[in-house]
Amino acid sequence: MSQNTNNYYLPAPSLWPLIASIALFMMAGGLAMDLNDIASGNYVLIAGTLVFIYLLFGWFKEVITESLSGFYNKQVDTSFRWGMGWFIFSEVMFFAGFFGALFYIRTFALKWISQSTIVWPDFAGTWPTSGPAATQALEAMAPWGLPAYNTLILLISGATLTYAHWGLMKDNRKQTIIGLALTVALGAVFLYLQVHEYAEAAFTMDSGIYGSTFYMLTGFHGLHVTMGTIMLLIILFRVIKGHFSSKDHFGFEAVAWYWHFVDVVWLFLFVFVYWL
Amino acid sequence: MSTTTATHHDDHGDHGHPTGVMRWVASTNHKDIGTMYLWFSLFMFFFAGALALGIRAELFQPGLQFMEPENFNRLTTLHGLIMIFGAIMPAFVGFANWMIPLMIGTSDLAFPRLNNMSFWLMVPAAILLIASIFVPGGAIAGGWTMYPPLSVQNPSMAVDMSILALHILGISSIVGSINIITTILNMRAPGMTLMKMPLFVWTWLITAFLLIASMPVLAGALTMLLTDRHFGTAFFDAAGGGDPVLFQHVFWFFGHPEVYILILPAFGLVSTMIPTFARKPLFGYASMVYATAAIALLSFVVWAHHMFTTGMPVAGQLFFMYSTMLISIPTGVKVFNWIATMWQGSMTFETPMLFSIAFVFLFTLGGFSGLVCAILPVDIQVQDTYYVVAHFHYVLFSGAAMAIMGAVYYWLPKWTGFMYDETLGKWHFWLTTIAFNITFFPMHFTGLAGMPRRVPDYALQFAEFNMISSIGAFALGVSQLLFLYVVIKAIRGGKPAGDNPWEAEGLEWTVASPAPFHTFETPPTVK
Repeated sequence: MSQNTNNYYLPAPSLWPLIASIALFMMAGGLAMDLNDIASGNYVLIAGTLVFIYLLFGWFKEVITESLSGFYNKQVDTSFRWGMGWFIFSEVMFFAGFFGALFYIRTFALKWISQSTIVWPDFAGTWPTSGPAATQALEAMAPWGLPAYNTLILLISGATLTYAHWGLMKDNRKQTIIGLALTVALGAVFLYLQVHEYAEAAFTMDSGIYGSTFYMLTGFHGLHVTMGTIMLLIILFRVIKGHFSSKDHFGFEAVAWYWHFVDVVWLFLFVFVYWL
Repeated sequence: MSTTTATHHDDHGDHGHPTGVMRWVASTNHKDIGTMYLWFSLFMFFFAGALALGIRAELFQPGLQFMEPENFNRLTTLHGLIMIFGAIMPAFVGFANWMIPLMIGTSDLAFPRLNNMSFWLMVPAAILLIASIFVPGGAIAGGWTMYPPLSVQNPSMAVDMSILALHILGISSIVGSINIITTILNMRAPGMTLMKMPLFVWTWLITAFLLIASMPVLAGALTMLLTDRHFGTAFFDAAGGGDPVLFQHVFWFFGHPEVYILILPAFGLVSTMIPTFARKPLFGYASMVYATAAIALLSFVVWAHHMFTTGMPVAGQLFFMYSTMLISIPTGVKVFNWIATMWQGSMTFETPMLFSIAFVFLFTLGGFSGLVCAILPVDIQVQDTYYVVAHFHYVLFSGAAMAIMGAVYYWLPKWTGFMYDETLGKWHFWLTTIAFNITFFPMHFTGLAGMPRRVPDYALQFAEFNMISSIGAFALGVSQLLFLYVVIKAIRGGKPAGDNPWEAEGLEWTVASPAPFHTFETPPTVK
């Protein structure tokens, strides 16, 4: 295979897109069945997830192989940068929707419910609340315990990741590996603490609007931290295998951008969900 | 792909030009993927159109003749969902796929495999949506907008299937839009600055931005709906401290950019066709770009004009009224520029031009009725009436759909290598335009007179106009069969088109017709 990098790389026909469709179809169908108590739904969902994981490994492996074979020129690299940037923007907008919901509820909806004189006249509408029909008092999450530690953990993980990046740019393999491994470890600790926090929490997802917004926002964030940690782990393996050079390591950068995005979302979460 | 130079073919692996099912299923070719999108869209257009004929059959006379009210509601809901997500959007993506690389002088989209994934994701989404018709409880029936509490209370599995189908469509759109933006920003031929790009490319660049910004918000709204349904959350339940109107806010924050997503590419198509058949460059190119960008930016701050009657404070209503009225300014700029392009042009009236001129006139009518709806005190009266139905069909059918039809005629010679049958094309145009107006113009009046939307039966005073609309609708539906016939006939043969039958500007006309499987493997230099 000649490595002509003058022209933009055009991949060969590939079945991965179809496999992606099949995976998502099974996941969606399985979930729909599951939510509606159809017995086999679980199996379809799990099978679909397995196909999806197979897809991710297969497709990314193909891209990594193409990259290592030198097929990607500068222009392709630029495409990947734009692509990752816009993808992260779409994720920002996804969280923005939930933050918007939180803002609307706290600023408007609760106020208007509390102004009702006919239904629930005693409802004050202050935050946090489980709503006017709540039967027990809500014990909200305290920000300055576990959440504050998690903030510190993520901020430090951003620093360790940057440390790793500097190592990579200096071709210092040891620094890169240590920095990445620390970042992965911090991500894992964050997740462990979040699970612990969920287990100890005095409220659940069905504890009215506070529970709903809390778990939706922190839950999706946790999901993104999980994906980010897995991606960092994979990049760590790739560093160990020597896939990257000081000049050429977009895979590392892309995952690093993602991790910083996850960190910034947490900061917003800490301020607007836990603290204020 | 047996030929020649190592430089050309080493870039894309050892693959030849695959045949059979694999060619389509494993495609990484923007032309083939564009073709798949266009056929998918045409099929969905007929399917959703048939649903509309079911609606109009029931509404032909007062009383309930053919169906239970719930089934009528299913028809209206699915008609809307499938037309928007299955017909119009995929058609525009089909055009984007086929034409953007040709227009900017590059070999394919930036991410050809992701491109194919965007298409093939439409298939599970379509299956989920259509299968939802057959589950116990039947398809969703609460309108394409799926407002809670109804969508939360409806126990049918169809709601979950529809939600998940929309999630999958969202992934398809977001990934596709990332692809299109990257292609346009990174892969233009040398010399093609942003302000030299064809306007269709500009409108798709801006549309792709709207998609990436708005579809994730829809995903959020749908997810909250799902958790309210099954996981006990209280986003839309006042007893838990939530608010059904929250859904409307989040939904329409997506929904309003969505309707601009449904029209901006059409603006680009019309801006391509009119200069060709007026034999004059597009008037005011720069202002067209800025106007499109202004419309897109403004589209993020107008969403609550869909919610004027939900009890929002007057201050909010006024803000959204003024911001909505503002959008008419850049839109007006575009309409004036299309007319100015034609002014003192050397015009001929082939089918694409007929559709484009009809677009300018009829879309403007739709824009006017939109402006009328934007005016708060008027909207209090017309919200949820047939006036709104008239408005959006004027902008979506005689706007988006007719621009698409015109553009199909325009580029059929490039895609097939043959000229379509001009006489039949003109018949299709006139039948469509006349039938369209017979169907939808009376709805302005029934709406102003107070006929509500989404009702299977109506008060007697609306009977005459409903009968007229229904007759028009069946004529409209049947005349689209002529479109199908013309397209298939052109594919099978006709007068050879040559590279540039319209003597138009644009890089797409510098390649052969039908366009070769691979084009612009080496980008041209643009002066």
